[in-house]
Amino acid sequence: MTTIAVASIVTAGITTGFGTMGPALSEGKAVASALTSLAQQPDASATITRTLFVGLAMIESTAIYCFVISMILVFANPFWNHVVTLGAGK
Amino acid sequence: MRLSPDQLIFWQHGFFVLNGTIMFTWALMFVLVAGSWLITRRLSTEQTRSRWQNLLEIVVTGIDKQIEEVGLPHPEKYIGFIGTLFLFVGLAALCTVIPGYEPPTGSLSTTAALALCVFVAVPLFGIEQNGIAGYLKSYLAPTPLMLPFNIISELSRTLALAVRLFGNMMSGAMIIAILLTITPFVFPIVMTALGLLTGMVQAYIFSILAAVYIAAATRSRAAKPEPAPAT
Repeated sequence: MTTIAVASIVTAGITTGFGTMGPALSEGKAVASALTSLAQQPDASATITRTLFVGLAMIESTAIYCFVISMILVFANPFWNHVVTLGAGK
Repeated sequence: MRLSPDQLIFWQHGFFVLNGTIMFTWALMFVLVAGSWLITRRLSTEQTRSRWQNLLEIVVTGIDKQIEEVGLPHPEKYIGFIGTLFLFVGLAALCTVIPGYEPPTGSLSTTAALALCVFVAVPLFGIEQNGIAGYLKSYLAPTPLMLPFNIISELSRTLALAVRLFGNMMSGAMIIAILLTITPFVFPIVMTALGLLTGMVQAYIFSILAAVYIAAATRSRAAKPEPAPAT
């Protein structure tokens, strides 16, 4: 029972920890290149801004996937619930 | 710790459950329908118009322009669907300032339903524009080898739409709930403001992505370009 708890908590922490590193780096690169092109062509700022936001949302989704997995592991863990009902039945 | 308004049960009878998601969705629908009926009862085309009509005109022309910029040439065909997506998700996020309210988009059922609507609407608009044969042929572009990948990408981007909106709204609500138990006064207000910002951005993203998918499906097949000269 403690094995499940320890494994769930450690995995939840590592999932969010590693899962948000990649998207953060790539979002930084995306915003940097958007700022460069805004400086070069300010009259296309509407298109650039819209494309930037759409791209940021797509990149953010992978971080959200990791966050959802962590939330499930911490708050709605099926293995933990199963073990708890087994223990309550005894 | 409540993950979503699904677990807030108002009334239950056997299989039928009235949970928080359904009640908040009905409240949002009522506000949208009643509000727009009240505002559009006496429309005026003169210089003087009520400020509510002005507000609605700004919203509608803004969405019109966005749909046109994405590449859909007749926005009046699509603004019903895309505008409703934006208004519903946006209002669901805006109303978090009301105490006791939880956004129904924080439940995976609502976001999965919205994503399924987009999944059904894209082929509908594509077939209406290009005919069934034209639309099905788009799956074989650029080569028939891409057929399984095109199908998988259709399914995965629907899933991504649902999970993206659900993750953003649920995380906002959950962070506020957790902070309320730790530092009850100033910090939850700051996080509520951040949740408002991300909610509006996610509403915009959801509707713009739906418009982009519809534009990709309704792009009329141009004449076959000349083959590049062999080098």
